[in-house]
Amino acid sequence: MGDAVKLDAPKLKAKDFKSSQEVRWCPGCGDYAILAAVQSFLPELGLQRENIAFVSGIGCSSRFPYYLNTYGIHSIHGRAPAIATGLAVSRPDLSVWVVTGDGDALSIGGNHLIHALRRNVNLKILLFNNRIYGLTKGQYSPTSGPGTLTKSSPMGSVDAPFNPLSLALGSEATFVARTLDSDRAHLHEVLRAAAEHEGSAFVEIYQNCPIFNDGAFEVLKNPDTRDESLIRLQDGEPIRFGDKAVVQSGYGLQVKDAAEVDESEIVVHKADVDDPAYAFALSRLSGVALDHTPIGVFRSVKRPTYDRQVRTQVDEAAAGVDRKEALDRLLHGGDTWTVL
Amino acid sequence: MNTVRQLDRVVIRFAGDSGDGMQLTGDRFTAETAKLGNDLSTLPNYPAEIRAPAGTLPGVSSFQIHFADTDILTPGDQPEVLIAMNPAALKANLRDLKPGGTIVVNTDEFTKRNLTKVGYDDNPLEDGSLEDYQLHPVALATLTIGALAEFEISKKDAERSKNMFALGLVSWMYSRPTEATEEFLRGKFKSKPVIAEANIAALKAGWNYGETAEAFAVRFEIPPAKLAAGTYRNITGNTALAWGITASGVASGLPVFLGAYPITPASDILHELSKHKRFGVTTVQAEDEIAAAGAALGASWGGALAVTTSSGPGIALKSETISLAVSLELPLVVVDVQRAGPSTGMPTKTEQADLVMAMFGRHGEAPIAVIAPQSPSDCFDIMLEAARIALTYRTPVMVLSDGYIANGAEPWKLPEMADLPDLSVEFATEPNAVDAKGEEVFLPFQRDPETLARPWAVPGTPGLQHRIGGIEKADGTGDISYDPINHDHMVRTRAAKIAGVEVPDLEVDDPTGDANVLVLGWGSTWGPIGAAVRALREKGVSIARAHLRYLNPMPRNTAHVLEKYDKVVVPEMNLGQLALLLRGHFPGTDVVGYNKVRGLPFTSNELEDALEEVIKNG
Repeated sequence: MGDAVKLDAPKLKAKDFKSSQEVRWCPGCGDYAILAAVQSFLPELGLQRENIAFVSGIGCSSRFPYYLNTYGIHSIHGRAPAIATGLAVSRPDLSVWVVTGDGDALSIGGNHLIHALRRNVNLKILLFNNRIYGLTKGQYSPTSGPGTLTKSSPMGSVDAPFNPLSLALGSEATFVARTLDSDRAHLHEVLRAAAEHEGSAFVEIYQNCPIFNDGAFEVLKNPDTRDESLIRLQDGEPIRFGDKAVVQSGYGLQVKDAAEVDESEIVVHKADVDDPAYAFALSRLSGVALDHTPIGVFRSVKRPTYDRQVRTQVDEAAAGVDRKEALDRLLHGGDTWTVL
Repeated sequence: MNTVRQLDRVVIRFAGDSGDGMQLTGDRFTAETAKLGNDLSTLPNYPAEIRAPAGTLPGVSSFQIHFADTDILTPGDQPEVLIAMNPAALKANLRDLKPGGTIVVNTDEFTKRNLTKVGYDDNPLEDGSLEDYQLHPVALATLTIGALAEFEISKKDAERSKNMFALGLVSWMYSRPTEATEEFLRGKFKSKPVIAEANIAALKAGWNYGETAEAFAVRFEIPPAKLAAGTYRNITGNTALAWGITASGVASGLPVFLGAYPITPASDILHELSKHKRFGVTTVQAEDEIAAAGAALGASWGGALAVTTSSGPGIALKSETISLAVSLELPLVVVDVQRAGPSTGMPTKTEQADLVMAMFGRHGEAPIAVIAPQSPSDCFDIMLEAARIALTYRTPVMVLSDGYIANGAEPWKLPEMADLPDLSVEFATEPNAVDAKGEEVFLPFQRDPETLARPWAVPGTPGLQHRIGGIEKADGTGDISYDPINHDHMVRTRAAKIAGVEVPDLEVDDPTGDANVLVLGWGSTWGPIGAAVRALREKGVSIARAHLRYLNPMPRNTAHVLEKYDKVVVPEMNLGQLALLLRGHFPGTDVVGYNKVRGLPFTSNELEDALEEVIKNG
C-alpha cells in the first residue's frame, strides 16, 4: 500500500464512492460491472476518499474516474502512467490508481506503461482489455487477434497481438494479475492483492464490449466451456482445472489430462517465485484463442519502489536544511568577488 | 624587460581539439578575469559529437571571452587573440580573427599529417600566409613535457597538461592571477595529487615562459570595470535557470518537481537541479519528453511547483500535455532552451525560432504565458517570474531561453535573500459555494474575480474531491459539458485570463528623445542590440531601444510605445516571428525585420550597420 494515510474515520460504503455524474457507457458494457466492483471494494482500503486518486487516459474505460467520489484526472491518450508517476512520487499519502484500456495502455501509451512497471512506481494499474477500440467505434486494437474484421481491417487484421501479461512481465513488473469483469468475487480478490502490493500492480481485466466485440471472453464465462478453459490460480495449490492439469514441459508449461500425470508432476502455483520465467510461462498458456486461460495473481514479488527511493534521497538531503540560508550559500559558493 | 600596455578591452578565443580541454581553459581564464573585476562575457562553441575524430575541423572546440574596464554586453564580434592548439583550430577560427590580431599556435601539432588532414597543402606557419598577424609559434607540448620531466607521470599525461601551459602563458600576457586556478586544480585532482601538481607546474611554466621568452615583448593590463557595488559571480544561463527554479521553490515554500528528458542544450538544467535535493527539489528523468511533462503535471495536481525543461524537438512532443494543463488550469513551468531547427537541426547552435510554436503550437485555443530571459544572469529572475505567473494564474508558462545565453556566461550581482519575492500560494481547503439544496459544495472551476484563476485543491484535501479532465468543463462545477455557449465562454475566459496576466510596462531607452527609429528585440539579442545601439549613439546617431521580456501577454503600454516611432526594427534569429506578432497586434506599426539564422548570435557590428541603414533611409 505504501504510505497512504489510514485514518480512524467512519467506515465508508460502496455508495460513498459514487459520484454525482451519470454513468454513460453503452448498456451491457463490462465497465459497469467493474465500476460496481471497484466501488464496493474501495471501502476495504480503509482510506478516506480524499486520499485516493484515479488517473485515466482516453477511451471508454478512461471515463472511470468521473464516476468515483475520489480525486480524479481524465487525462491524455496513453499518458496516465506518466501523470500518475508524478503524483505518486510527490504524494506518498495518496493511493494512486490508473485506469486504462488495451489501446490506451498498449498502443499509444505503451512506452509509459513499460517504464512505470520497470521502475516499480507505487501505482495500481487496471487495464480493461476488450480487444477492440470502442470509443472510436470499432477498429482493431493491439490485443485483437490476427484476422479480426473491423472497419479499419476489412480483409482481416494482419497485426500480431500483444499478450499483455507477457509484456508486463518482460517489463520487470513485480505484480501481475488477471481477472474477469463478470466475476465480482474474483475481481475483489485480485484488487485486494493489488492494493496490498507495494509497487506497480498490473491487473488485466477481461472486459466485454457488447457493441464492437461482444462475447470476446464468452468461452471463459459460459458454463459449458469455462471449466475446460479457465484456470483459477490459487497460491500454494496445484494448478488443475476441469479434468486438466498444468505440468512443466521443456522451458515452459503444458496442459495435460490430469488422469495422465502423476500428482507430483503438477505445478504448484507460487506467485512469489523470483524468476519471472515461471509467471511468463503461465502467461503463455493462453493466447488469442483463450484455450487455457489462467486468472488470479501470476506474480507478486518485493522490490524497492521508485517513488519511495526518490523521496528518500530528497528527504535525506533536505533534512534540517534552512532553505533560504542554503540558497544564499549556493549563490555565494565558488568563485565570487566583491565590488565596493 | 617587458613593456606593460593598458587596454580597455580585449577578445580572446581559445581553440583546440575537443579533447584539448579548451572549455576548462576558458572557464579558468574567465574565473581569473572575474576575480580581477573586469566586466566580461563568454561564448563557448563546441561540436555536437562528443569525440569527433582528433585533429579534424568538425572536432574543433572553442571558448571566447570578451573582458573590459567598462560594462560590456556581448562576448565580442571578432577575437583579437587566437590560441590555436592544432592546425584544425587555426583553420576553423582564422577567418574570425581581427586583421593584425595575435595568434599563439602550438607548433608541435603542425605535422605534415595533421596539415593534410585539414587540407593545408603548405604549412601556414611557414608559407607567409599569416604575415599580417602577430604570430607566436610555441612548441606547447614539447615545452610542457620538458617542464614536467621531474614528475613521475607518463609522457601522455604530461602532454595533456599543455592546456594549462597555454593558460599560464595567456594569463601572463594579460596579467591575470593564477592562484585560484591552482586551488581549483588541487580540488579537481584531489585523488591524483601528482596530476594536480603537474598541471600547476605546467601553468607556472607557461607564465614563466611568457616572462622570459623574448618573443613576448609586451604584456597587457585591463583595469577593473566600474560595476555597481555588491558581490558578483560568473554564471551561465542554464545554471541561472536551475538556480532560479530552486529559488522559486524557496520563495513559494512549495516542493519543486522537475520532469525532464536529456536534450541538448537543456540537459545541464536537469544536471544542476539533480544536485539540489536539499531544497526539496525532486528530479525525474522520464522515459521520454511526453512523460517528463506528464509527470510534472501530475506533481502539479498534487501541489508541487512543477517544471519541465527541454529544447524545440522536446517541446513539440510536450504540446499535448501543455494543452491539458491549459484545460485543467494547473501551474506548469515549461522551459525551452531553443536551438537551431527544424528537426534535429544544429543542436549545439542557437536560434530564436520557437516563438510562434510557444505562442500557438497547440491544438484548439490554448493560450499560455510566454516570457524570455535577455541574458545569462536574467535567467534567474525570469524563472521567479515564470513561477509567479504559473502559480498566480494556474497556467502553463513557457520560458524561451536559447543556446547562446544557456552556455554563455556573464558576471551576476548576487541578489539578497531578503529581496526574494513572496510566491506563497493558498490551496483550497473548504467548500466555496452552496448548491440548489443549500448544501456547501466545492466548485473546482469557480474563479478568482481578479485573476480568473481557479482554486487549487490538491488530492488529500477532505471534502473537496473532484474530477477534472481534458473534456470541456462547465464553468464553475467543472462537470463535463458539451454546451455550445459554455464552450465559447470557457475558451474566451481562458484567453482573458492570459491576456490579463500582470506584467511590468515596457521600458524605452531613448536618451535624446528625438529618435525616429526604435529597435525592439526579445530574448538573447539584448546584448548585441545594446552594443550596437551604444556604438551608434557614440557616433551621434539617435536611436531608441526597448526589449520585450514578456511576449504573451505583451506589456500594456506596448502599443503606446510603438506608435511614437516611424519605424520599429526587430532583429531576430529567425525569419520574423516577433515581427509577425507585432504586425498582428499593432497593424499601424512599420515593422522592419533584421533576420539571420546561422546558428550564431548577432554581432554588434552587423546590427550597427543594419540599424544605421534603416535610420539613413528614413
